[in-house]
Amino acid sequence: MKDTMQVTSRSGQKPLVQVRGLSFARGERMIFDGIDLDIERGKITAIMGPSGTGKTTLLKLIGGQLRPAAGTIVVDGKNVHELTTRELYRLRQRIGMMFQTGALLTDLDVYANVAFPIREHADLPESLVRDLVLMKLQAVGLRGAAGLMPSELSGGMARRVAMARAIALDPMMVLYDEPFTGQDPISMGIVVKLISELNDALGLTSIVVSHDVQETAAIADYAYLLSNGKVVDQGTPEMLWKSASEWSQQFLNGMPDGPVAFHYPAPNFRDDLMQGGRLR
Amino acid sequence: MILDPLQLLGRKGLGFFGRLGRGHLFLMQTLAGVPALVLRPGLVIKQLYSVGVLTLLIILVSGLFVGMVLGLQGYNTLVDFGAEESLGVVVALSLVRELGPVVSALLFAGRAGSALTAEIGLMKATEQLSGMEMMAVDPMRRIVAPRFVAGFISMPLLAAIFSIVGVYGGYFVGVGLLGIDDGAFWSQMQAKVDLSDDVYNGVIKSFVFGFVAVWIAVFEGYDAVPTSEGVSRATTRTVVHTALAVLGLDFVLTALMFGD
Repeated sequence: MKDTMQVTSRSGQKPLVQVRGLSFARGERMIFDGIDLDIERGKITAIMGPSGTGKTTLLKLIGGQLRPAAGTIVVDGKNVHELTTRELYRLRQRIGMMFQTGALLTDLDVYANVAFPIREHADLPESLVRDLVLMKLQAVGLRGAAGLMPSELSGGMARRVAMARAIALDPMMVLYDEPFTGQDPISMGIVVKLISELNDALGLTSIVVSHDVQETAAIADYAYLLSNGKVVDQGTPEMLWKSASEWSQQFLNGMPDGPVAFHYPAPNFRDDLMQGGRLR
Repeated sequence: MILDPLQLLGRKGLGFFGRLGRGHLFLMQTLAGVPALVLRPGLVIKQLYSVGVLTLLIILVSGLFVGMVLGLQGYNTLVDFGAEESLGVVVALSLVRELGPVVSALLFAGRAGSALTAEIGLMKATEQLSGMEMMAVDPMRRIVAPRFVAGFISMPLLAAIFSIVGVYGGYFVGVGLLGIDDGAFWSQMQAKVDLSDDVYNGVIKSFVFGFVAVWIAVFEGYDAVPTSEGVSRATTRTVVHTALAVLGLDFVLTALMFGD
């Protein structure tokens, strides 16, 4: 499963996103240490791993918001970090992103939020903008909420609006950052269904960053498991469920102890108790 | 042990100069985004309302009371020398040269500057700026530059309004309550307040203070640590740094303009 050659040519098609030898550090802490990833066109690829493994950072690196210490990220044949600002912005117009919080503009209503990228990048008559926005909102089931302000939306609705905004410019790829976190079961079910349906209906390529195993595995065509700056496992969800990796089994089955220890590294417990109550 | 204070000093010094450098780069980026606003005046007009118009009330009330206090204090001093009819000159020069630009800038920092910092800081904390970047919209051009221009335009206008209202406050106390001659109040003011030496210099001051105040406000918001505590600290820094910068610059400008 960890055969790199297999990864680079899974479908025989050139991947939409190729990550090679990616290293990234925050201060002293190494977030990624030479990882390789491929995101296949037209597929839903999941990036999973425990909190703090840099999943969101990976999306920001793919979107060119962060610069890697080493390695390359090629999106649709373009090395993201060699592009000029103008070229990078042109590329971003073809990438939608749904943030964990929704990141809706709080001074604009739902309609204006979805219209925002269209108005910024396309010189279209307002009647056409309106039709496009209503179509996007209809796709996520929130046409009736067009006049609401972000503060009037539930968490699930805010993410669906963010989803409508992410597909407003008919992108080639959508990045989803923790789309299921903090959702009630109904909202979660809706978001799961929408990611899958939009991907198929619009011919998108989707990258879903999440640590919600069941939901992500249900819609992902391929998944990468990240930990400690490395890709620790990869494959289709079926392959991962059967993986021999102890780490994968611990993560996928939510076991409290295993390769990821229950206890944070600490000195010997007995020695600590004998310190006379002094905390180090 | 002796190294600890030195290390701390070094760290503080590096932090200070690092921020100073970031602030100047930020200013360059902001100014680069200004020309594009010609094509989108609506963005600036919207900010003129929230930065300028909404600051008007505090400027009007403060200007009135500052003028009234100047009138009262000026009268009490001048009357001892039998020069109470010069009250108009004292009030007008105090306001136009100093108090108008300085107090307006301090009020501007407290009302509009802190609001700008909090707004931009919260947009950063809630990933709205990041979201814009991913939508291929430059937040420097879309968010920062319109606010910067609006603040730069608003500040001199607010300072002018402050001075005008202050003069009427002094007039109300001096002429209305204390019985100074109406004609003497205005004619002495007209004779002694010079357009280029006093008014223009006051206007230049208010432009400089406006530039600095809005620069600090938008930079602090953009540079804020994206947490509630970070935004809170940034808002406080905006008010404190603007006050210090305005008062320091006021001395420098006054020395250049009026120091012979």
